[in-house]
Amino acid sequence: MANKDSVAIRGGRILDPGRGVDLVGDVLIREGRIAAVGPGVAAEAGRIIDATGLIVCPGLVDIHCHLRDPGFEHKETIETGTRAAARGGFTTVCCMPNTEPPIDSRAGVEYILRTAAAQGVVRVLPIGCITRGRQGKELAEMGDLAEAGAVAFSDDGSPVADGALMRHALEYASAFALPVIEHCEELSLSHEGVMHEGWVANRLGLRGIPAAAEEAAVARNIALAEFSGTHLHVAHVSTAGSVEFVRAAKKRGIQVTAEVTPHHLALTDEAVMLAASVLSEVEGADGSVGLYYDTNAKVNPPLRPATDVQACIAGLADGTIDAIATDHAPHAIEDKLCEFDLAAFGISGLETALALCLTLTEVGAHGHAPVQLPVLIERLTAGPVRALGLARFVPGLGSLAEGAPGDVLVFDPDAEWVVEPERFASKGKNTPLAGRTLRGRVVATVYGGKVVYQA
Amino acid sequence: MVQRATRGKAAEEVRPPEGVDIPTWERRHVLDLDDFSRREMEQVMETADAMKEVLGREIRRVPTLRGTIVATLFYETSTRTRSSFELAAKALGADVVSVAAGASSVQKGESLVDSARTLQAIGADILVMRHRHSGAPYLVAGHVDISVINAGDGWHAHPTQALLDAYTIQQHLGDLRGKKVVIVGDILHSRVARSNIWGLTTMGVQVVLCGPPTLLPWGLRTDHRGNENRALPPVEVDTNLERAIEGADVVMALRLQLERQQAGLLPSLREYMRLYRVDEERLARAKPSVLVMHPGPVNEGIELSPAVAHGARSVIEEQVTNGVAVRMALLYLLAKGR
Repeated sequence: MANKDSVAIRGGRILDPGRGVDLVGDVLIREGRIAAVGPGVAAEAGRIIDATGLIVCPGLVDIHCHLRDPGFEHKETIETGTRAAARGGFTTVCCMPNTEPPIDSRAGVEYILRTAAAQGVVRVLPIGCITRGRQGKELAEMGDLAEAGAVAFSDDGSPVADGALMRHALEYASAFALPVIEHCEELSLSHEGVMHEGWVANRLGLRGIPAAAEEAAVARNIALAEFSGTHLHVAHVSTAGSVEFVRAAKKRGIQVTAEVTPHHLALTDEAVMLAASVLSEVEGADGSVGLYYDTNAKVNPPLRPATDVQACIAGLADGTIDAIATDHAPHAIEDKLCEFDLAAFGISGLETALALCLTLTEVGAHGHAPVQLPVLIERLTAGPVRALGLARFVPGLGSLAEGAPGDVLVFDPDAEWVVEPERFASKGKNTPLAGRTLRGRVVATVYGGKVVYQA
Repeated sequence: MVQRATRGKAAEEVRPPEGVDIPTWERRHVLDLDDFSRREMEQVMETADAMKEVLGREIRRVPTLRGTIVATLFYETSTRTRSSFELAAKALGADVVSVAAGASSVQKGESLVDSARTLQAIGADILVMRHRHSGAPYLVAGHVDISVINAGDGWHAHPTQALLDAYTIQQHLGDLRGKKVVIVGDILHSRVARSNIWGLTTMGVQVVLCGPPTLLPWGLRTDHRGNENRALPPVEVDTNLERAIEGADVVMALRLQLERQQAGLLPSLREYMRLYRVDEERLARAKPSVLVMHPGPVNEGIELSPAVAHGARSVIEEQVTNGVAVRMALLYLLAKGR
């Protein structure tokens, strides 16, 4: 009997890599939850989505994004950010607390949850601050934050520079069994840098951020995690050295997890100077500006050279890196339409993440071995859930197990589309991919049994 | 974009100074020398010859660019570059609008793009700009229809300085091919060095960079993970000045910003001078015909010994004079090309 509120997704290739599922069949969602998965299980339903020739997988989980709300609503709000998430195939997003005021109090977490409940299109799980006001001086009231619903702690955007404070943060957070997500950056080394320190920075005359700035901090924090025996999650790994440190730490049994962004997997530092294609068309031969300082490719950590990209891909494939996280960082036009040194760091990434990641399934420009599709989907679903331990907040999250949330993504892995930032649901149009043709398009995003986006 | 009527008129009124052949010139902006061909550099130098002749006349002014407006927008203080451009524009009969960043709406929060568009709106044909941030002229060039000349951006480029340097060398040594030019000092933070590397290598010069490792750009060679350097054309790098200067045709010392010591890049000025100051003893290792150059302003006694700075081999003052001729040449070529 067809339930009016049920959704049937029929005839797709179902990938639920967290449970080793890869079959052609149907997904039936009833009362907001996964009711059945298999061939012919969804004959009738209130709403039917034909997924023939398409991929059906758990809704994507982003454990690192910036929704800018409260305080920077001109850049993004919880409403526009979650709309962007739905458009990108994400049904769960964890938002970073570098808002104004920062989410360092119970009231802050409650604000996020309340606003998300009222305006959010997908699930929002708040991350609380490590330190009060993100100042790196005193611990935030982690107990209060945890009770209110924070799923992890982070001062993302800034590292916790003080080693002893970082140690205490790791120790204290373990009382609530929550991970500390650290933005690993040794500030004395990255000092005023604006892009990766390498030949492109030298070519452009820009101050560089050496790979060692990240690696030194990763090494320190892994040492502290080992010492305190608690869970460190390394945010946005971007260098070969960082991947190596995480791999070695895991081998030694240290409780460390890591994430990487789609842009660090698919773009190199050359993106900063090679976005000239768009301009040269406008300018024509005589007026060609030649070089280009693409502020939309300015991001922290910076885009790195091919050898680092390859190492990140290898780390993703072998499980050293647990999750792909967008680090979606929307900005207003004026934050980017300025001198490169003065431009804000960040890429608006939710709506291009899936397609950018899918480029890894092909033999890449960076000479890496193709990443298998189920592996890639795992790093976008079960991987991030496992990394932060999110299943204790939302049982079944990131899977299509019976009784799991009815969060499903349907996408066409072969459909090509052109990145047009002006069509983003996000307020942040800041992407270095504008005008680029990507393959892999979201067809439908279902959250809690409701279709929240359909192409 | 709407083309202003005055622009066509200005272009018509451009006449070459007497005796100057009009070369073909397609370029709209001069942002760096990285995309200059050898022929283009030669065109600038040939045109500069004619301009130098104008500057030698009793009345050092021609009406060639009458009706053209040259705006200078300087976000960094500069005496010589700015006055050099202004004299060049005036010698060609152009009108000059000067905007010092401190005195303009820049301090009121106006964006760089808006400031440049404002100058375009008041009728400027050529915008000469200096900015402390690398790449700023590229941002402007992408958002205005008028010509942009980069008068120095951050650490990145200073193409007119490099053109006047090449011109000065050519005046003394003729064909630049195969000549050895040693650039000494703070290469890392030097837009003069970067533009000279492009310009001189295009002209067939063998460029040697010399300085302490902390002031040499990281990534000049293949990096520690095997990423090849594609930043700049092939150059030699030597941290030993005695060795580097051997057989040099030109020694170009760069200005040392005294704050580099505070930043921890140098132990002391004393040691810098001991290792990298160009003095007579070191200069004796170069060719007897060696030229000593410096983009100025010189920290007297630090980059060059006084005897060398003011000695027979120094062409530092000539660089300044040639700067006006080269900038006249560029203004002329850009205005003519419109």
